[in-house]
Parts: sequence; C-alpha cells; structure tokens
Amino acid sequence: MTAPTSTPNPFKNLPRAGQPDRTVLLMLFFIISSGILLASHNAPLLESLGSLGSFLKNPIVEALFVSLFLANVLFAYLWKAAPWARMLVGVGSLLFVLPLAGREDTSLLDLSIQIMIFAALALGLNIVVGLAGLLDLGYIAFFAVGAYLWGIFASPRFAEVLRYYGENPGATNAGTLAIGLFLLVVTIASLVYISRLTARTAPTALSTWSFRLASLGAVAGLTLTLRAVMVLMSGSADSLEAGINPGFFWLFLALSIMAAAIVGVLIGLPVLKLKGDYLAIITLGLGEVIRVLANNLDLYSAGSQGITPIGTASVPWFNTLAGALGFAEDQHYLLFLYALVLVVIGVILLVNVRLDRSRIGRAWIAIRDDEVAAQAMGVPLMQTKLIAFATGASFAGVMGMIFAAKQTFISPESFVLNQSIMVLAMVILGGMGSFPGVILGAGVVTLLNLRILPGLGEATANLGIPQEVNPGQLQRLIFGAILVAMMLLRPEGLLPNRRRQLELHHEDHQEDDSAQGNAGALGKGGGDVYSAGYAPAKEDDKAGGSR
Amino acid sequence: MDFATLLTFLIGVITGGLVLGFVYAIIALGYTMVYGVLQLINFAHSEVFVTGAVVGFEVFRVLAPVEMNGYLKLLIALVAAMTISGLLNVVIERLAYRPLRNSPRLVPLITAIGVSLILQDVLRVIEGFQGRFDLTYTLPNGFSAPFCGAESTCAPVGKFLTGIGVSLQLKDVILVVVSLLSLAVLNYIVNRTRLGKAIRAVAQDRVTAGLMGIDANRMISATFLIGGALGGISGVLFGMKFGTINAYSGFIPGVTAFTAAVLGGIGSIPGAVLGGLLLGVLEKLIGVTNVFGEVLGIANLGVIDDSYSKLGAFIALVLILIFKPTGLLGKSNVEKV
Repeated sequence: MTAPTSTPNPFKNLPRAGQPDRTVLLMLFFIISSGILLASHNAPLLESLGSLGSFLKNPIVEALFVSLFLANVLFAYLWKAAPWARMLVGVGSLLFVLPLAGREDTSLLDLSIQIMIFAALALGLNIVVGLAGLLDLGYIAFFAVGAYLWGIFASPRFAEVLRYYGENPGATNAGTLAIGLFLLVVTIASLVYISRLTARTAPTALSTWSFRLASLGAVAGLTLTLRAVMVLMSGSADSLEAGINPGFFWLFLALSIMAAAIVGVLIGLPVLKLKGDYLAIITLGLGEVIRVLANNLDLYSAGSQGITPIGTASVPWFNTLAGALGFAEDQHYLLFLYALVLVVIGVILLVNVRLDRSRIGRAWIAIRDDEVAAQAMGVPLMQTKLIAFATGASFAGVMGMIFAAKQTFISPESFVLNQSIMVLAMVILGGMGSFPGVILGAGVVTLLNLRILPGLGEATANLGIPQEVNPGQLQRLIFGAILVAMMLLRPEGLLPNRRRQLELHHEDHQEDDSAQGNAGALGKGGGDVYSAGYAPAKEDDKAGGSR
Repeated sequence: MDFATLLTFLIGVITGGLVLGFVYAIIALGYTMVYGVLQLINFAHSEVFVTGAVVGFEVFRVLAPVEMNGYLKLLIALVAAMTISGLLNVVIERLAYRPLRNSPRLVPLITAIGVSLILQDVLRVIEGFQGRFDLTYTLPNGFSAPFCGAESTCAPVGKFLTGIGVSLQLKDVILVVVSLLSLAVLNYIVNRTRLGKAIRAVAQDRVTAGLMGIDANRMISATFLIGGALGGISGVLFGMKFGTINAYSGFIPGVTAFTAAVLGGIGSIPGAVLGGLLLGVLEKLIGVTNVFGEVLGIANLGVIDDSYSKLGAFIALVLILIFKPTGLLGKSNVEKV
C-alpha cells in the first residue's frame, strides 16, 4: 500500500487558514523575547543593573520571560508565516538561544529539562486519557518504575542488594536459573501464541485464563531468573560499590522503556476491563501501592530516605563537544541531558503523531467515543487498551530514568498522587488528545509549579502569613481549580484537538451548523464553531486515503 | 498462645473492626446514594466527610470550657456537621456537577477530582489561619473511658465484655449507637416517605420520573443533601474515634468507604452497610496478620506496617471488581447500546 498523496499533515491541519501573514511579527517577537531571555540570564549584566537586576532575577519575573520565550515556539506553530521563519524560530529557540542562555545560568537548563520531562509525561498520559479515554490517576507509578530501575542499579543500592542475596542465596543458583529461564521462555511463547489466536477469534474463558496464567508464569520466571543472576553476581558486590558502569546508561534507557511497558501491561491486564470511573479509582489505588512499596521495601529503595547518589551517564564525546562550544566543565552534564531530553521528546512526538494517524490511533479514538460500537466494528478492546497503557507507560519510564540520572536522588516523595494529578492537569489544560496542547499545558503547569508558586511563597513569607496559608503551598488548590475550571468552561483545552472539540460541543453544532468557520480565533474564547466545509473534508480524506 | 486466649483475641479484633466498619458504612452511604442517582463517583465526598470532622472539632473546641452535658455537646457537633456538610455537598453539585450533566462521563469525573483537591486546600487554609494543621479532638470527660468501667452502675456488663475479649471505650459505643440511629432514619426516609420514593424513582429512571411529575434536579439535590449529612455524621464519628485528623486525612477512609460501597454493590444501601462492616473487620484482621503467622507457626512476619493494612482496601477493590463487579447485593447491570 503506498502512502496516499493527500495524507493530512498534522501541522497543516490547523486553524491557520484566513490569517494574515505574520512572518515579520514572528521574527520580531523571536528577536525581542530571545534578547530578553539572554539578558535576564546573564549574571554580569544583571550585576551591573543593580536593583533592576535583582528584580529580573525574581522567579516570577523569570517565569514570565521564559514563558514569553517559549511562546515563540507556540506562535511558530500557530501563526501563518513563511515556512523558513517558522523553522528558524522553532529550531533556533530550542537549539541555540535556550542553551546559550543556559550557559550563563544553569538553572534555566534545569528548568527546561524539567519542562520537557513533564511534557513527555503529559504526552504519555495524553495517549491514555486523551486518545483512549481511560482515566489513569496512578500514572506517576510508571515514572517511578523508570526512576527506580536506574536508581537501584546505578547506586550503592545495587551492591547492597547483591550482598543480601549473597548472604541469603535460597535454593541452588544453577537450578533456579534453569527453572526461571525455562518458565520465561515457555510463558512468553505461549503469550505470543495466545495473543495471535485471540487476535482473530473472540476470546473465550479458556484463552483469557490461559493468558492470565501465562502472564503470571512470565512474572515468576522473570523473578526467578533475576534472583539467580543476583546470587551469581553477589561475589562481585565489592567492585560495584558505586553501582554499575555508567556506560550501561544507553542499555538501561531501552530497559526502562520495556520495564515500564511491562508494568503497564501487568497493571492493565486486571483493571482495563473496568469502566471509566472504576478504572480511575483502581489506578489511583495502584499508584498508591507502588508508592507504599517504594516506601517499605527498604532493601531496594532505601525507604523514605531515598536513594542517593545515583550514577550519571558518561558521555566523553559529548563533553568534548560541549567544551568546544564554550560550556564550563560543570555544565556539560546538564547540556547533555538537555540534548538527550530534546531528542527523546522529539521521538515521542513523532511516535505520537504517527500513532494518532495509524490504525491503532483510530482504534483508541473509537474506544474513547463508544466502546460498544468500537467492539462491534471489530476493534479488539483489551488489546487496544493495553497498547495504550503500555505506550503511555513507556514514555513515563524513559523519562523517569532520565529524571533519576539528572537528580541523582530519588525518594517516594517524587511519586505521590499529587504528581499524577499534576500531569493530568497538564493534559486537561492543554486539551485532551491534542499534542501541541499537552506540551503547552506541561510548560504552563511546570513553570507554575517550579517558579511562580515558590516565587509567590518567597514574596509572601515575610508578610507574617502562617506557613499553612502560604500561596507557595497551594498546589492542590491550583491543580484542582485548573481541572474544574477547564471542565466547566473549556473542556477541549487551550489548544484543542479538532475532533475532540467537535465531540465535546456536540449540542452547540446542531444549531450552529451553517456558521462560517472562524477557526483561527483561538484566543477569542469561542473557537468552537463548526466549519462546515473544512473539517469533514479532511476526515473523509483520511478514511478514504488509508483504506 | 492457647485456644481460649486466641479466641478472645479474635473477638476483640473483630469487634474493633465492626466499630470501625460502622464509620466506613456511613461514609459509603454517601458514595452509594450519589452513585445511585447520577452514576458518578463523587470524589469530593471524602472532603465533605473531612469537613464534617473539622466542624466537629471546632464545636468540641469551642464548647470545651463550657459546663454542659457531654452528650449535648455531641448532639450540637453532629447537627452542625450534618448541616454544613450537607449544604456543602449541595453547593458542589449545583456548581460543579449540574452544568456537566450531559457531558461525556470523563468530564464530571475529572471535575469531581478537582473539587476534592480544592476542598482539601481550602480546609487546610481555614485551619491554617489559626496556625493549626493536625486537629486533635477535645472530647468531653468520660468519652474515652472504658465502656461500663469498674465504678459505673453497669460494671457487670463491662466485666462480662472484657471477659470475652471485647474492650470498648464509651465513644465506641456512642459511635455504634449514632450509626444505627442514622441508618434507621435513612431507612425511614428512603423507604417510607414521598421524598424517598421520588429519589428512588429518579435513581431508577430519571426521564420517566420526570414524566411522572418529579423534579429530578430537586431530588438530586436532596440526595446530595442526605449524602452530605451522612458524611458530616461520619466525619464527627471518625474524628472522635481516631482523635486526630487533618485536611488530607479523608483520602484513605474515602477510598476504603468507596470500596465498601462497591463490595456491597454500588447503588445499594444495605450493601454499603454490609461492605463497610466487612472492610472494617478486614482492615483490623490484616493489621494482626503477624499474630496469626506466629500462632500458626507459618512465619515470623514481624510488624505489619500500618500502610499495608490501608492497602488492603485497594487490593480488595481490585479483586472485587475482577471477580464480582456487581458486588454482594448489587443488581447486574448489562450495558445496552
């Protein structure tokens, strides 16, 4: 099947028609906001400005400048402008101006990495909530899986775990290893076989149960194998005092994706049968289970005091490169992480866009809109939902690992319910199902959380307000308000996905059918007028083009 | 440990679980009634319940220096908590749920989570203005004393109870009596009054009930009022039982009570009570697993951390939903297109 020539390009599908050309405005905005960003993060310059300088260093003002700067990228995406200008602004902002400003002020790099980590989380949750319509309130658990995977292996924890197994070897190693590997191979083979079988025929009680049995067996096999490997390795515990060789970073990057996806499937298997509200409360519970385990399995997670120091990645060639670009020694690692996160999020975005336009993506949307109808049309419910869960989880897993390598410290505190809600707030704020939307949401919420709230807290700390009332501590109130306000006023989010928007305003269109599209009017609050000739043509295009 | 000791120990654990179970049962009623009429999990109910607990704390705190019968203070606390929690629940429904009644199901659910978060911080800030975070109940004298202690007139009853392993405090007995009274009143309202009949009609079929001249919106408000009032009662009882609460302490009892509602069959009032009692006992039993391990000689499990026994509710919820999603007393609900 050849790719249809009229494949709708997601970046062209947007409400730019009818806008005046804004190339000049865009370039002007780019230059001004970049200038402000560079100036406000230039320490010597701020010194020389005196009191104005310290005002500019205020976290709230900084957040304002950073968001102004990030608005560049948003406008490059939204505005109608010459392609070269949009390209230049997008690439220039992220690849040149931001690292350049970060060279003077590392906290800016740190902030950008955090924003992108959360953007990846939001993109992952967006698949689960926005595309497949499954409300997952324990999403941060997958982030924890990735973080603890690297955290345990690349820290002194690993040596301690090995020592523990060395002292308590249990059964004979070779036997355990053999049984474990055997179980693993057999169960995975049967899993593949069963899923092939059920892909064609309706699942029966037998196939469901054998599937569950095989999954249990796979977990048992994996546990036994890991245990045996640990026991066999326990002799070398002393040489692993600082964790494994940082050269394994890339391997673990792949492993963290797989581990999170596997955990996603394991959690998904029992719970995805449930309807929306039950799923919400169960995932909430399972998220809590993972946190409690992290808090109580002292051997692996060091309990509530957390794991530290966690090894960092070692990339000599990048350090040389960064050195050549004039970055100081201690900035190399952050710059590396920035580049890494940028690449990862690019890949995630690409995966997202491709998935959205694929058979799976359409199946997700079909399930979201009407599960029964989707099933009647031949969408395998369980399999499709599991893929959504696993895909979303894997994004969180890889970012969790990068998070651990960046912080070099993790504790269960980073994986509480509030964090799951925060990611949900990003998705809701930006718009469920809309990729640019959730990235915008991630940017806004992260800036709010890391700069504006602490800034407000600092500003009001001297006013004699009790700690409990300090606005810096009102995360729950603010996230809650975001959720409620968006749901009541604009459920499709700030940058809506067109299809989702049409669904959520179904009733409005029945009277509004003849209205001319003013699709460009994003900022005008309405933006939801059905453009009769525009979107349906695209939809038909898509359906016809890929069959 | 010989058999008789083990038996008295078990009786003690189970009565403790039943007392706890009554609190869960009353909270679960709030979830189940709202679910019955709207098919919505009212995530904010756990905060409505905490609001009741905070109101109860304030009443007992303000009345602490006043010379007054302890039971009268309790009555004032209960009435205040019922009123405020009930009205709060009605306001939440009016502002946050009613405008979204015809939206996709995900939308009111997310709103409910948001409302719950907002209320947590609002409660914390209200108490925070007075420099408090953890609120410790100042109970009237004697409430924490053993039930039918040595000096009281009913000492023989107390002695008998202690003999079979039941050790209750006066407040536990009060808790059970208040719970039973509220259940009786609720039963009367739902099954014997016109209002109850109308609520049941709306729960069964909102549109048809509307055709019969029932104002569905008013009935939904009434349901939220009753559910909130029950939340207020359970808040005061919870605060009395555990002594210390804070703005965030609604989460775990809320989830447990929701599990109780699901266990009993969501939408079913007797089911919620049954589920609450069962989960209360379950939680207490998980808490003493180590004793069983020791007695039966299986393993030395050491101390079972409190957080594990809280997780029992989640695990129970997963198992119930997998194996019997309709619950013990629920009706099966086949989805129709």
